[in-house]
Amino acid sequence: MVSPILELTNINKSFGHVQANKNINLKINKGTIHGIIGENGAGKSTLMSIVFGLYQANSGSIKINGKEINLRSPRDSIVNGIGMVHQHFMLVENFTVLENIILGFEGETVFGEKLANAKKDLEKLCKTYNFNIDLDATIADLSVGFRQRVEILKSLYRGAEILILDEPTGVLTPQEVDELFKILRSLKDEGKTIVLITHKLIEIMDLTSEVSVMRQGEMVGHTKTQNTNKEQLAEMMVGRSVLLRVDKKEIKKGEVIFKVNNLSVKDDLDVIRVKNINLEIRSGEILGIAGVTGNGQTELLEALSGIRKVESGNIQLFGEKISDQDNFLNPRMLKEKGLAHVPEDRQRMGLISDFKAHENLIFGYHDQEPFSKSAVLNSQEITEYSSKIMQEYDVRPNSPNLITSNFSGGNQQKIILSRELNENPKVLLVGQPTRGVDIGAIEFIHQRLIDMRDRGAAILLASVELDEILSLSDRIIVMFDGKIVGEKENKNVTDRELGLLMAGVA
Amino acid sequence: MEFLSDIASLINSTLRISTPLVFAAMAGIFAERSGVIDFSLEGKMLMAAFVAAVGSYYLGNPWLGLLLAIIVCVCLSMLHGFASVTHKGDQVVSCVAINILIIGLTTALAAAWFGQAGLTPTLNEEQRFLEINLPFADSVRDIPIIGTLYSDILSGHYVFVYLAYLSVPIVFWIVFKTSFGLRLRAVGENPSAVDTAGINVFAMRYKALAVNGVLIAFAGAHLSTAVNANFFREMSAGRGYLALAAMIFGKWHPKTALIACLLFGFTDALQIRLQGVELPAIGEIPVQLIQAIPYILTVVLLAGFVGKAIAPNAIGQPYIKER
Repeated sequence: MVSPILELTNINKSFGHVQANKNINLKINKGTIHGIIGENGAGKSTLMSIVFGLYQANSGSIKINGKEINLRSPRDSIVNGIGMVHQHFMLVENFTVLENIILGFEGETVFGEKLANAKKDLEKLCKTYNFNIDLDATIADLSVGFRQRVEILKSLYRGAEILILDEPTGVLTPQEVDELFKILRSLKDEGKTIVLITHKLIEIMDLTSEVSVMRQGEMVGHTKTQNTNKEQLAEMMVGRSVLLRVDKKEIKKGEVIFKVNNLSVKDDLDVIRVKNINLEIRSGEILGIAGVTGNGQTELLEALSGIRKVESGNIQLFGEKISDQDNFLNPRMLKEKGLAHVPEDRQRMGLISDFKAHENLIFGYHDQEPFSKSAVLNSQEITEYSSKIMQEYDVRPNSPNLITSNFSGGNQQKIILSRELNENPKVLLVGQPTRGVDIGAIEFIHQRLIDMRDRGAAILLASVELDEILSLSDRIIVMFDGKIVGEKENKNVTDRELGLLMAGVA
Repeated sequence: MEFLSDIASLINSTLRISTPLVFAAMAGIFAERSGVIDFSLEGKMLMAAFVAAVGSYYLGNPWLGLLLAIIVCVCLSMLHGFASVTHKGDQVVSCVAINILIIGLTTALAAAWFGQAGLTPTLNEEQRFLEINLPFADSVRDIPIIGTLYSDILSGHYVFVYLAYLSVPIVFWIVFKTSFGLRLRAVGENPSAVDTAGINVFAMRYKALAVNGVLIAFAGAHLSTAVNANFFREMSAGRGYLALAAMIFGKWHPKTALIACLLFGFTDALQIRLQGVELPAIGEIPVQLIQAIPYILTVVLLAGFVGKAIAPNAIGQPYIKER
């Protein structure tokens, strides 16, 4: 039996009181694509950061090709043939591709011959793998897909035999994912070993030959991919059975209650980001907005929710004009009219992270009875209410006095949802409701949105997760470069079709 | 000819007055390109002036004074690094602390050692730097234009003046043509990228700060052992801040920072010449107003006249590796 190319034994790692990795054992065989799956916060990224030398384990051993090695810094790992493509790319944006790749491995004090050689070598590598990258291009000018290729090229140039990819598809369109998978398969055929960290079951089933599952810092199972299925993996990840498909009743469309006419919106830099958009949402309908991040969805949502000025056009609620370029209602006035908003960026706009949970739960309603009387907060009432609503929305732990930032992403999102949904809004604007949220919580959040719809609310859902758009929406529009480039009823639409629209090519 | 020699002497003073600004701006480029804010240029320049003057007084050689100033300034930079790089303190607060410390320390030490608050003894010719007359300066003076250029503008400066302008291409070369420069720029833009490339982020920032300390020492020594023959209280007079402004105005780039330093130097040289001069129709301009010109210019330029200055992306942020 050949020894595995990478073997981890009893790895432990804590950050303060939080134990991110508990007694992890893992064997990865040469020339395979090995998936590591788990929910957010399960410890996957921490474990791989240890393998990459970025973090040091508190205890445990790491063997490469049967030989025990001590990884004190990423340099040690790189020298031992380990490369890692991080979720947030480790690139200097105003450097060229070439500069980014040679950084740390310049090989000479003053640039000259080695730099020229490096360029030649890289051109050869690009040709071999069909990368099609301009080495002199500045990173800031490259699309996300290309930046990722630069990261892969960087690892290969530094001699990686084991390539770790951390959530590589989160920021890609379906077509870009196809390209990436093609590259990864060809790397595997070359004899390289790929470790794929993901929380997406479909990627595991598509690409890997072996899979390891992590839950709450522990390794809970290893199996050959062919011997398992999505349902089984999901259950291992969450620790209970999970509903992967959302059960949705047939749509009962009502009146048009929310209408947007010829809306244009500028961003903070005075650039027009939303261009002449028209849309309407009926009661009992979920309208999904698909699109790659940065195509105007953020600005659209902000304008609709009253936090960004309308440049031209108008917004109507129940036939009444609520905003145009001259006057617009602020979020508080909109709230009184029955419009609720779950912002895309919960840390920045949805919550005050340093506040206690109960403060965030009533924020915006804090000056109303029963939470306050004559400008004095009634803490007993607030705490009782918070505890009750946290129970109802399954916020864990149910401790109203805990600081909000100490809750996991999913539970923070539930805090926002419970605040916004509790007033039974007629119109709900939701941005990225499940970004950074674990599977169990996703199921819960999706179910809540469906319930709202079934009760007759009009819901606008903006998400970069195509699966989410496809499983929740009744109707889908695709935004590209600030415009609506496609609108489809959600019947027999495929992610490929949407992907082409999202990339602006269809 | 009167006019030409006026111009020549104006350019001559511009070069001299800009010298400490150039050193300080180059020092600032190293610190800030690595992601560490350096408001303490002012304090370090003052300390260097003090140490150079005292060192040269006791050791009898201005070069030894300069060496001492370099050592002390590197130590101060390391202190700034210890507070803001290693212990991830607020970089501005660390700088302000250093500046305040040094204003008090120089005054107090001068009082303790020489009995005069904030004043060191006058240095004799052996103990200070003297103006350097370039070869043949006197003999070619009468050749039109070239003679003026060589003898009245290029010749007759302190060694620091030449070193300052020599430092600019060297800094440019280091920052843009060497692997150290590549890492320096990278660590100020995206320290995580540097860390994952197997380079120690903290060591990189300390190295940058060490270079910063060396360069700023030259600025201080220029003030107390070249243009003046002693140290006096708060003799840096805001030049550290002015240099920082020049560096920002120059977008953290040695070439444009040099231009900004020269511009500030020029307005200062001009204000000295304009003092007491009767201007037609206006009459004599109050001295205070003229002296304020460089500072007003700074404010105007920084208030958006030159467009948005884009700082290194990670400036001011301590690098936190583990969450």
